Amino acid sequence: MGNLGTVVSQVVEKYNKDKTRLMDIVTDVQSELGYVSDEAVVQLAKALGVSKVDIDGVVTFYHFFSKTPVGKYSVYLNNSAVANIKGRSAVAKAFEEAAGCSFGRTTEDGVMGLFDTSCIGMNDQEPAAIINGVIFTDLTPEKAKELVADMKAGKEVSELVKNFGDGNNQSELIKSMVNNNIQKKGPVLFAPFETGSALKAAVAKTPDDVIEEVKLSNLRGRGGAGFPTGMKWDFCRQAEGAKHYVVCNADEGEPGTFKDRVVLTEIPEMLFEGMAVAGYAVGAEEGILYLRAEYLYLRKFLEKVLEDLRSKNVLGKNAGGKDGFNFDIRIQMGAGAYICGEESALIESAEGKRGEPRNRPPFPVQNGYLGYPTTVNNVETFCCVSRIMLEGGEWFKKMGTAQSSGTKLLSVSGDCKKPGIYEVEFGTTIQTLLEMVEGRTAKAVQVGGPSGTCVGKKDYGKRICYDDLGTGGSMIIVGPDRDLLEVVHNFMEFFVEESCGWCVPCRAGNQLLLDKLEKVMAGKATKQDLKELEEWSNIIKATSRCGLGQTSPNPIVTTLKNFPEMYQAKIQKDVDYVSEFDLKAAVQESCKAAGRIPNIKEH
Amino acid sequence: MSKPVVATASLAGCFGCHMSLLDIDDRILKLIELVEFNKSPIDDIKTFTKQCDIGLIEGGCCNSENVENLRDFRKNCKILISVGECAIMGGLPAMRNGISVKECLEEAYLNCPTVDDNIIPCDDELPMILDRVYPCHEIVKIDYYLPGCPPRADLIWEALVALLEGRELDLPYEVVKFD
Amino acid sequence: MSEINITIDGKKIKAKAGQIIVEAARENGVYIPTLCDYEGIKPAGTCRICTVKIGGRNMAACTTPVAEGMMIENDVPELNDFRKAIVEMLFVEGNHMCPVCEKSGNCELQALAYKYTMLAPRFPYLWPQRTVDASFPKILIDRNRCIQCLRCVRGVTTTDGKHIFGLVNRGGKAIISIDPELAKEMTEEMAEKAMELCPVGAILKKEVGYAVPIGMRKYDGKPIGSEYEK
Repeated sequence: MGNLGTVVSQVVEKYNKDKTRLMDIVTDVQSELGYVSDEAVVQLAKALGVSKVDIDGVVTFYHFFSKTPVGKYSVYLNNSAVANIKGRSAVAKAFEEAAGCSFGRTTEDGVMGLFDTSCIGMNDQEPAAIINGVIFTDLTPEKAKELVADMKAGKEVSELVKNFGDGNNQSELIKSMVNNNIQKKGPVLFAPFETGSALKAAVAKTPDDVIEEVKLSNLRGRGGAGFPTGMKWDFCRQAEGAKHYVVCNADEGEPGTFKDRVVLTEIPEMLFEGMAVAGYAVGAEEGILYLRAEYLYLRKFLEKVLEDLRSKNVLGKNAGGKDGFNFDIRIQMGAGAYICGEESALIESAEGKRGEPRNRPPFPVQNGYLGYPTTVNNVETFCCVSRIMLEGGEWFKKMGTAQSSGTKLLSVSGDCKKPGIYEVEFGTTIQTLLEMVEGRTAKAVQVGGPSGTCVGKKDYGKRICYDDLGTGGSMIIVGPDRDLLEVVHNFMEFFVEESCGWCVPCRAGNQLLLDKLEKVMAGKATKQDLKELEEWSNIIKATSRCGLGQTSPNPIVTTLKNFPEMYQAKIQKDVDYVSEFDLKAAVQESCKAAGRIPNIKEH
Repeated sequence: MSKPVVATASLAGCFGCHMSLLDIDDRILKLIELVEFNKSPIDDIKTFTKQCDIGLIEGGCCNSENVENLRDFRKNCKILISVGECAIMGGLPAMRNGISVKECLEEAYLNCPTVDDNIIPCDDELPMILDRVYPCHEIVKIDYYLPGCPPRADLIWEALVALLEGRELDLPYEVVKFD
Repeated sequence: MSEINITIDGKKIKAKAGQIIVEAARENGVYIPTLCDYEGIKPAGTCRICTVKIGGRNMAACTTPVAEGMMIENDVPELNDFRKAIVEMLFVEGNHMCPVCEKSGNCELQALAYKYTMLAPRFPYLWPQRTVDASFPKILIDRNRCIQCLRCVRGVTTTDGKHIFGLVNRGGKAIISIDPELAKEMTEEMAEKAMELCPVGAILKKEVGYAVPIGMRKYDGKPIGSEYEK
């Protein structure tokens, strides 16, 4: 660890005092100093010529930045619903007992910090944690104790990984215990792909023809919203600007999704080539891969892939052998914020700001990164584009349904025998999927993650596609013995944690919904409370500024609709009011302070 | 026919809302014609002697006695109304809600420069202080709310008469105020 | 400048191209309630009070520009209930002690609560722990009353454009922070402006208060927005 002043000035110099690179600057300062102290914030503000509150705003926005020491070893244990299903609480307890400190704290000697964290994209191998950027999966209480012992002994975190996962996880540049768990390969993503071939096919056409081909394929955004990709590119190409940008959204933060992790590990060439195709189509020379902080362990590997692509002339000057087409990609790391999966928030973050969504219009295709027209597409979308360049839009359109062409990568986790990645054609029913993953007894399936829909048995005939059950790919299977309300509760806690705080309904409303749900779970609710859950959800969905608040009540809304009996069983019938007030608890502290024994007269 | 029965109480309040009730001026004569008062500081009846139609509650709950009193009102009144900011949201007493009750007691009885006894009262006869000040509706079901600090006399009057006449409340802009 | 035809609750209105809906409406005698919006500073869309319906979609009228043929629903029961609900959320999210607040009677949040006849919020109080900071020479901030509209963030900067106020943390923990060094340099006018911009009583200029007697304050007699309505 270096001297604060020197570190700050060196890091700021490294990025040419460019405050739009604040994410990288803060990341570097934190990795050098262990945390970003108030003094570091003041120095950064001075060096960059901005206000202290601007730096503070960014440092305090992201989960993996910290203004206080997080320990020589910082353990971020996933707290997704599936982690809980897979035994997280016992693992957490083991960490706490062995470390001698509770979650949210750092040990007194500063060696270890224990922290909760939102879904880290390892739902198929939970419980999982990130320790100093290194991923640990399939944790048990015993493994947790071993890890703590090794950390106390001062071992390097990378040394604690004993076995490596499959495929490229064994690569010298990854060396991770993460497993790909590719369960079903399909014709789009996981068919053989020859590096350079897609871009070559693209640059043989005019940019307009490339866009036409993508339009012909009916490809829609794979992140979940399903906006037609060809149309987005067309808007971006048409928009006036001195420069254009291509951004890849690799910030898959929806709990339960991990497909991009596998794409980035196994077929990054296909992704980067798709970005180059986009660059050619919209007239961009620069691409940015916005990589979520949780996937930092893939960064070195991805940088090497980019190097290789440059040497193969898929990237760089006259890319793909096309005279005058120059295109390169840089990786922008995130720092832990679900909201940055929203495209305009992602752009704000990439510009070194708080990841708060922008007001629209204007849309990113008109006014995106640094104000230039920008197309932001999903990891999987870019891979689809590469395949479309090779096989054609007609070929692609033949798969799937009328409104949803092609295949979809599903990240399947929860109560099933075969969790992992499935590439299926759009139109596959939930029932078919449950058979494939061996989760036939499921009492509920969360389609599209917490922001999606929770369906029960009566809806297993529904199809996975934009016109029926839309999904970004997260499929969480909830087994017959699970308490579904616990799952809903976990999802609502997630949204409260991840709301950016910009707009009132999302910031305050989600907390109110969570509190009300807890009232229901405690058996203190009436029929009126259920009615209010529904009404309040509607208000939040209708008035929130971005997709987060517009979908965050969905766990409640869709379970109220599809599992009404679950709620009915919890409420008190025949009463119109239940108080949560507990007189005994309420007088405890004052009586203790006064040294008297409470004498409560019972009514 | 017997007249509707009204009861009132001031919990953790300052009696300002009761003062405002008296501030209806000569309409108080009409009020006496319209209703009969039961448990209330206005007539000094200390305990309920019959089931009441309307209970007016001033103040929130800061101690166990307030809670018992409020629950007693709920039991004995068909309609219960939170009158004033303190009943509705704790009001000024609730400014202590961000501070722990221990700290409050220590400041009041131990550390304050004007105290010399240095003892936190602990007599069994004293009401027990709650961890925070609670609005009435967090403890019992409240049927109506009349905001203000105090609520305007016209608001209290209008609300009472509307209830007695069984009609919708008519609330002109000037009468609904929070201060 | 080209003219654009829009309709608000059936009333035909002529707006200027590029104009924001709220502004176009007001120029034509229609009040769309706002809270985070302030004339002359960049709209943020934090409060969502101005939510209107355009072609069945809910949009913030303070950030959405007019477009030819736009049919806007504004003063309808569903939207007015949303607005009332948002005001109520703000009341339970903070600690709003109207009886002791210097801004009472001139507070826009309170005025909106009056406009929508909020007798008590439908939501339970959240009782957050908030702080007061009076360590600055000219101003003080009482975060119990802050609604995070970001007017101060957007509207008060130093002469060289630096933010004096900024949002830190995120979600329900987000608060307004003040750069202590820059706050020292605040002039009398800047302090005045900060207090004026604050729609509630969160930012106050020191050494003044309760200047206008009850009954003569801005919203004692007339509802907020009535000055716009024709």
